[in-house]
Amino acid sequence: MFDGLLTITVFLPAAVALLVTMFARGENSDQQIRWISIGATVVTFVLSVMVFVGYDQDLAGIQMIDYFERWIPVDALRSSYLLGVDGLSAPLVLLTGILGMAAALGSWRIKKRVREYFLWLLLLETAVLGVFVSLDLLLFFIFFEFELIPMFMLIAIWGSGRPRYSAMKFVLFTLTGGAFMLVGILAIYVTPDVNTLAMVSIPELGITGIPELMAAADFVVPAALIFMFFFIAFAVKLPLWPLHSWLPDAHTDAPTAVSVMLAGVLLKMAGYGLLRINLGFFQETKGFTIHDVAGYMAVVAAISVIYGGIITIRQTDMKRLIAYSSVSHMGFVMLGVAAVGSSAAETSTAGLNGAALQMFTHGTITGLAFLMVGLSYDRTHTRHIPHLGGLWKKMPLIAIFFLIAGFGSLGLPMLSGFVAEIMIFLGSFSVWPWATGVAAFGVVLAAGYTLWMVQRVFFGERPSSPGISDDVYDNLTDANWVDMIPVIALAAPIFIVGIWPSVVTDMFDIGIQAVVR
Amino acid sequence: MTAQDFWVLSPEIAMAVLALVVISVDLVTRSMAKVSTVAFVGLAVPVILTLNLWNGWFGDPATGPALFDTFEADRFSLFFKFILLTVTAGTILASAKYIASDRMRDYGGEFVSLVLLSVTGMMILVSATELITIYVALELTALPVVALSAIHRSKQGVEAGTKFFVLSAISSAFLLYGFAYIYGFTGSTNLHVIMERLAVLPTQSGVPFGSYAVLLSVIMIVAGFGFKMAVVPWQMWVPDVYQGAPTPVAAFISVASKAAAFAVIMRIMYVAFGNANLMQDWSGLFAILAAVTMTLGNTLALSQSNIKRLLGYSTIAQAGYILVGLASVPVNQVGATSAGSGPQGVMYYLAGYAFTNLAVFFVVIAITSRTNDDSIEGLNGLLKRSPLLAGLLVFGLLSLLGMPPTVGFMAKVIVFGAALNANLTWLAIIGVVNTVIAAYYYLRVIRAIVFEDAVDESKFSADKPILVAAGLAAIGAGVFGIAPFIMLDLAEKALSIIPAMITG
Repeated sequence: MFDGLLTITVFLPAAVALLVTMFARGENSDQQIRWISIGATVVTFVLSVMVFVGYDQDLAGIQMIDYFERWIPVDALRSSYLLGVDGLSAPLVLLTGILGMAAALGSWRIKKRVREYFLWLLLLETAVLGVFVSLDLLLFFIFFEFELIPMFMLIAIWGSGRPRYSAMKFVLFTLTGGAFMLVGILAIYVTPDVNTLAMVSIPELGITGIPELMAAADFVVPAALIFMFFFIAFAVKLPLWPLHSWLPDAHTDAPTAVSVMLAGVLLKMAGYGLLRINLGFFQETKGFTIHDVAGYMAVVAAISVIYGGIITIRQTDMKRLIAYSSVSHMGFVMLGVAAVGSSAAETSTAGLNGAALQMFTHGTITGLAFLMVGLSYDRTHTRHIPHLGGLWKKMPLIAIFFLIAGFGSLGLPMLSGFVAEIMIFLGSFSVWPWATGVAAFGVVLAAGYTLWMVQRVFFGERPSSPGISDDVYDNLTDANWVDMIPVIALAAPIFIVGIWPSVVTDMFDIGIQAVVR
Repeated sequence: MTAQDFWVLSPEIAMAVLALVVISVDLVTRSMAKVSTVAFVGLAVPVILTLNLWNGWFGDPATGPALFDTFEADRFSLFFKFILLTVTAGTILASAKYIASDRMRDYGGEFVSLVLLSVTGMMILVSATELITIYVALELTALPVVALSAIHRSKQGVEAGTKFFVLSAISSAFLLYGFAYIYGFTGSTNLHVIMERLAVLPTQSGVPFGSYAVLLSVIMIVAGFGFKMAVVPWQMWVPDVYQGAPTPVAAFISVASKAAAFAVIMRIMYVAFGNANLMQDWSGLFAILAAVTMTLGNTLALSQSNIKRLLGYSTIAQAGYILVGLASVPVNQVGATSAGSGPQGVMYYLAGYAFTNLAVFFVVIAITSRTNDDSIEGLNGLLKRSPLLAGLLVFGLLSLLGMPPTVGFMAKVIVFGAALNANLTWLAIIGVVNTVIAAYYYLRVIRAIVFEDAVDESKFSADKPILVAAGLAAIGAGVFGIAPFIMLDLAEKALSIIPAMITG
């Protein structure tokens, strides 16, 4: 079975990137490269919409399968090229399409080594899309790791501050997590009763997936250990307290568009992995299930939310502030996953759906926030909050959309953040009332740090000194239409999902139901 | 010799003839470009003859035993002959500029024909099924390499050549001892007969390999080939020779020599010592060698400041990973439903490694011939000075490091998976740890290329032939990484020849 749509969607950015790097030469090549690269992300966006819309919700299950069985035809590791989407991955593919396009548009003003920049940015999009549609564990792992190289280059070459340090830290954290995951994958594969790498069952292809097989398997390596291997890899990436320390550095030093991709979709690979693998595989395993540790997960999630929130309030760098707020918000994802409860009977799909939706909404909201910080920084050349103030008068558009991102982040009704968080709280409160009660304060903290930042940066009076010089302040301009295209692209889904959440929640629900079984 | 013998030996004969033709051309022309062209185009003949043996185009040449059961052109050997021929083609392309240089002009023809002769030896080696033939082929392989290492007559070159010659002689002595013991014990030098005899000869319980004579001979044989494979503790020559010998020669040794040695050791182990209980014993031996080789190769590479020496240690470490595949003999080999993926992994790894390492070495040749600086600092800012070469080198290094989705990653995952299947969990863990150690020094080189600022900012590009060679090698590595099934299927076909691999 080879539908082809997913293969094209995944590899289009990479293919264009390689062609452009090789063939775009000459006088105006930088400008050509920008146009072609942005064109590629737009086409990818259209394709991702086709994937999302084309998914038949009545049929459910895995759709648009690309299957080539004999990819690695070796007994020691029988891996196949298996792509497909279900309700869980389709919205994330759409999210990647949106953010990939926004990131490319937001990179319009990159001047340094344009050719390489867009090469890495497009390869990054391919890697992320590949993670969401791979249904073979080894393939999943390859895409998951492949994203490292582009990220490393993008942060290290185009970053600011201490780019090489941050890039290296990011790579070391993720690589270590990845090593754990690889061991976990091999441990699952060598289990005699499993001996497959298919992440899901696909009856029409005769594929019995790991979730079904693991239920009856006797493990060589203890199931609890395998669970931990995967959990560590995803906890680093999510990131979860106390493994989050790479994130603020990477975000602060990365160029704007890369921060958008990092916060918007790269962190979601971890959330997706938690749902698909840690939740999907370990529900009925012998000797150990996810239910045994759901309580701990809820506690760590609550700590992440609160710790992240408190640290965020103290930040004086706008970008760092938003980076830390991601730690807090991704803690909610963890809390939603923890709503699986201490037994199958307790499982709250509302919480799990909330976790999935939170990934989608956080992607758009934080992406927008980073974009707005980038626009503001381009003009003021500082992100230091005490140096700013009164920018409202000079750049109202930027302020408005910053405010939208902020309101989305703190969970204002009508915006998508509210829907996700309320679902998570509803789901997890019935299971872990204490942890949820504590984590709910995260929303208060979010209101605090967001509004306080917006108030200090955009409203009030301009600080007399030290602040930005009169010369710079007088010449501040608002965002122009080129800047606004990616902004609108990210703001639109925030409103759409906020007002009409079932666009994506129906889809996620199909996916979650299949994962929970 | 019968007509069939000629068919079976045709690729080797063509190679030897080509070597003579090249020497003759060198006599009549002073243009090294012509010599290279003749050699490169002439390679088509052995390639076609090898393809013919694999596919049976011209009639159906029987590929069974030839020359009184001493030589077999089975698919296993043909698989390696393809690799060897590819490496030769690459080496000739990459050294085209080098042999035309002033100090090499007088020996250019000799250089090419020595390479061709050495490859002839290797091609016989991978086909040989009899101990004396193996030994003779091995000597034919080694002696031209000695001359090649010292062809500069520079102090370093002569030192490299002498070192290689002395150690090669010692290792041959070990090998001969090993062969003598096994002949004394079984009364035959034919690998198939040895297997049959070993199966019926009385064994002592509690002794590895059933008897001390066999144990001793296996250790001697492994020691003899360990030198060729550059396996610890027979690796001392590697860094010196790599640094001292001309870089095209180093590239050639690092890939061709290693592939041939692995091929013949696989054949000896799986055919002569292919009994189930013997396999468990030599599996353990290789597992230990693998662990030591990987660890030592990688740790020693950490402190290197010369790129050629670093690559020398890196090839030692790579040999260790390949040994992991060799050691991965599944429990219950005979009659098991799965033949185990170890041998397949070894062949895939070797093929992928051949392309990757060639690409890396060729790029290093291209760079050092321009900059005359083979320290790692010499690579600083390469990305700005020569983006294409830098890109190829980074790709090659990432593949050697084993970064997904390169061929290096696939190969490592397959051999480590095979090790897990063979209950060698500890070995797989050591392998993974080693990969992390190796990341440090490969990334150090990449950092120099991508981030550091060059002292000399002038741009440069490589010569066409070497660029083509490096590019093709990199494309090969890329394709086999993205589509591993191509090479793995070929390896599977090739392996159905070895008796122990036939599934029950």
